[in-house]
Amino acid sequence: MGVMGSFKKFFKRMFNKKNARIGIYGPPNAGKTTLANRILRDWTGDAMGSVSHIAHETRRARRREGVTIQSNGGSISLDIIDTPGLATKIDFHEFMELGMNEAESKRRAKEATEGVIEAVKWLENLDGVILVMDATEDPYTQVNVTVIGNMEARNLPLLIVANKTDLPESSATSIREAFPQHPMVAISALEGKNIDTFYDEVAKRFG
Amino acid sequence: MDLVSEDRLAKMQPVEKIRFIIDEIKDGKILVLEKGLTPEEEATLIEMTMTQIEPDEFAGIEMESYPSQTETSLLGKLLKKNVVRTRLTVIGPANKLKTLKKDRDMISALVSNK
Repeated sequence: MGVMGSFKKFFKRMFNKKNARIGIYGPPNAGKTTLANRILRDWTGDAMGSVSHIAHETRRARRREGVTIQSNGGSISLDIIDTPGLATKIDFHEFMELGMNEAESKRRAKEATEGVIEAVKWLENLDGVILVMDATEDPYTQVNVTVIGNMEARNLPLLIVANKTDLPESSATSIREAFPQHPMVAISALEGKNIDTFYDEVAKRFG
Repeated sequence: MDLVSEDRLAKMQPVEKIRFIIDEIKDGKILVLEKGLTPEEEATLIEMTMTQIEPDEFAGIEMESYPSQTETSLLGKLLKKNVVRTRLTVIGPANKLKTLKKDRDMISALVSNK
């Protein structure tokens, strides 16, 4: 950490007792809520929300205040915001293909659009972002590009999580190569694989 | 397909740009923006797109831009505002434009005439 970073930390400690607000972002079905649940279960014994293989299960942002994470002999307290999956398109037919009826699908699509709006609005009120990517998918999605661009423009800390490393087709390397300018940690939020390294990175980036 | 010059978009306020893009896309056009949008404008475009989605009429957009390049400066760090160099961006209706492959410097897309 440079002189600038040390000063920032010092002044933050002196004058700002608020927890850092950290948003968990990513495309639908990247594993954001699974990660949020993992964090809460590990540090509060609670859970954030339900998960599903059908996209846009989380359609309202959920905030948990004062989650204290211990790492490297210290601890940090964060407000964690689990945001709905960001998308540029939402077609109710895709939900119908997964077995939902038309009315249910339309309602889910409508709620999903509202969730995306909420997630975009939260971007302006955060101190940092954990960007969850599905390591089995192409990392250059527009959602990833837009979230990273917004964090870079605001000069806010970002931690990329390459999730789903329990799946054989996952490739954390392709994510690291796509965005080499940002720290990345490869985990399986579902199985807890490499989760201690994730907490170390969280403490380093947002502490 | 319309190729929109940097000058044309530079004359517009951010809200006008977003309105222009949404209106063109809802008319079925595919836009190639010479200089793209800032990350904040991209986020606003996503937000505005969500308000326009209608079942069986408009399912949203497909947007393809390259990862932005940020110029950091001491002033930028102090003000928490960096200069982002925007890059070429392709935007179209989700039912007409599909990204096939994308990497740091190359976008392959399929345009259909549905």
